[in-house]
Amino acid sequence: MIAEATTHSTARSQGAGGQPDKSRPGAAAPADGDSSVSVRDLDIAFGAHKVIAGLNLEIPPGEFLVLLGPSGCGKSTLLNAIAGLLDISDGEIWIDGKNVTWAEPKDRGIGMVFQSYALYPRMNVERNLSFGLRISGLPKAEIEARVKRVSELLQLDGLLKRRPAELSGGQRQRVAIGRALVRNVDVFLFDEPLSNLDAKLRNELRVEIKKLHQRLGNTMIYVTHDQVEAMTLADRIAVMRGGVIQQLGPPKEIYRRPVNRFVASFIGSPGMNFFDGRIETTASGAEVRLDGATVPLDRYGFKRPPEGGRKAIFGIRPEHITLGETPPEQFTTHGMVDLVEGMGADTIVWTSLAGAPLTIRTDGDTAIRPGETIRFSFDPANACLFDAETDLRL
Amino acid sequence: MSIDVTSSREPPKGASALAFRSGSANERAAPSRQREKSPTRGRKPKHLTIGRVGLYAFVAVAAAFFLLPAVVMVLTSLKTMPEIRNGSIFALPESFDLTAWVKAWSSACTGLNCEGIRVGFWNSVVITVPSTIASIAAGATLGYALSFWRVKGADILFAILLLGAFLPYQIFLYPMVRAFSMVGLYNTLACIVIVHVIFGLPIMTLIFRNFYAGLPVELFNAARVDGGGFFRIFWNVMLPMSTPILIVAAILQITNIWNDFILGLVFAGRENLPMTVQLNNVVNSTYGEREYNLNMAATILTAAVPLLVYFVSGRWFVRGIAAGAVKG
Repeated sequence: MIAEATTHSTARSQGAGGQPDKSRPGAAAPADGDSSVSVRDLDIAFGAHKVIAGLNLEIPPGEFLVLLGPSGCGKSTLLNAIAGLLDISDGEIWIDGKNVTWAEPKDRGIGMVFQSYALYPRMNVERNLSFGLRISGLPKAEIEARVKRVSELLQLDGLLKRRPAELSGGQRQRVAIGRALVRNVDVFLFDEPLSNLDAKLRNELRVEIKKLHQRLGNTMIYVTHDQVEAMTLADRIAVMRGGVIQQLGPPKEIYRRPVNRFVASFIGSPGMNFFDGRIETTASGAEVRLDGATVPLDRYGFKRPPEGGRKAIFGIRPEHITLGETPPEQFTTHGMVDLVEGMGADTIVWTSLAGAPLTIRTDGDTAIRPGETIRFSFDPANACLFDAETDLRL
Repeated sequence: MSIDVTSSREPPKGASALAFRSGSANERAAPSRQREKSPTRGRKPKHLTIGRVGLYAFVAVAAAFFLLPAVVMVLTSLKTMPEIRNGSIFALPESFDLTAWVKAWSSACTGLNCEGIRVGFWNSVVITVPSTIASIAAGATLGYALSFWRVKGADILFAILLLGAFLPYQIFLYPMVRAFSMVGLYNTLACIVIVHVIFGLPIMTLIFRNFYAGLPVELFNAARVDGGGFFRIFWNVMLPMSTPILIVAAILQITNIWNDFILGLVFAGRENLPMTVQLNNVVNSTYGEREYNLNMAATILTAAVPLLVYFVSGRWFVRGIAAGAVKG
């Protein structure tokens, strides 16, 4: 699976010089100084249960990396390991060219923002922000200057004397971000920082975090299970499942060319439509035979030449299907409408194809009613084909 | 001989505990019953149901059962000896005579000394204050360490501590007497304080561990990222959040240590005998006639401190029992 991630990593990660496969033989050697954070052959086990096994990850300076996955996939465990809050079983963690595998969290040059804010409840905002600086014994003037700079940056000026209980959720999370910022470090770790906020605040703070990254240019590692946050914030996304990075790449690539069925189904809302089928080679190339429909694959970008007779899963995203007649190179068929879900800007139309349900995303003011028969079409070049046995992209 | 002491102090304790329990049960029962009815049948005028009458009758009987001995004690302490000899125990005193109280406090004889039980009162204060503070400090630190710092073998250590909470401490008496006399501490104030800290440690650790287990671990992690060490995080982050549980722990320890009889008798030494032991000596020193009024007054005086703690802190006390019980 790691090999999968490697083959699909981008030019950017190759430019960072830390190809996981390349670094594996000489993992012990402090090979490169250009990665901001480097995780090498990481093993984490809780008792006999291995949560993460043999994970490699290179993060270039200034990158916004999002660790995305369902709960229990190991993304928070990985983040806590990078932060030093968790003892690892094997492997190495390097931050800014230093081996920090066994360093204390405070000595790793990181700042961290937690899901539950984790503000010290009996200290006011100012003391929350300065707690770490006071521990490290910084001169008073320096502490004041840093707190002032951060509170201006995050618009906390008027709140410095308040206790966390007197702040709104959004303000609390801004203080939590501020507490990471005052540490003047190069790497920021975010552990699902927005998931305790309501939808509106979440959007606002997401934009603030994005702006903050653009302004500061620090390396940021951000854990979330929310694909919208991942898609909007990330330079690169690492999609995780079962402690393994399934795919590592820019959001567009994750969306366009998912390496396996899991990644394809995890990204996108509503999710990708899947159909069981069989690949057959034809004179002009290949086609996939679904139950009652045959989709030509001449325009599909196969990774390897297709083998005839192979069982496959055919996937198409709801937003890649259009209603009505379209140019001849597209695949067109028809179906009966089961359900229409209005979402304001969009409408989700439920119909069926090859005996399986199919969702189509269309514009918000469509006049389609349940029971109607509609014609719809899609470009097979936008489809995804996965091997039915391995779930890997064909 | 210790039976006398405990049985005479028991009733008021039981009465107050029952009062808390039945009070809260009422509060809980009443709104829920209304909530059940209101959506279906609409609001009904309040009236007494048979169940409600039965409940109050039971509460009244239970309260009377536990309060009567206390009432008899107070009444008897205010009577003169001839009155006690002649009258019914429930009869009101003819005049409110406080001589028995004064005598109990300042001139009753405990063995050969006739300075009243005030000596024991101050001994108990001197024992209770440092023992309470030290046992809370030790339990809080240990509970914090066990819940946040995943020390190797922490679970085993905790299991052993819990076992300690359930073993009757009489079985430790002799070995501990030997141990303390070997280091020359036996029969000193330090000795009894150390003994109280040791025996208070399991329950204190349990209470604080459960409290800290309820705090978000992210708070601890944030403090570690900020560079806090073991004691820095404990002192600056955890302790300021611990006010409720500190109060609960103080209540438990003050009442436990004040009410202790056997440890004080065995370890404190003659100079430091606590009030409970002195009370026993007052009650059991007989020269001719038993002075029931004096015994009653001395008993009430001895029970006054825990009673006061219960009454002042009822809500916290119930919470403390829950804190120890729910997760333990």
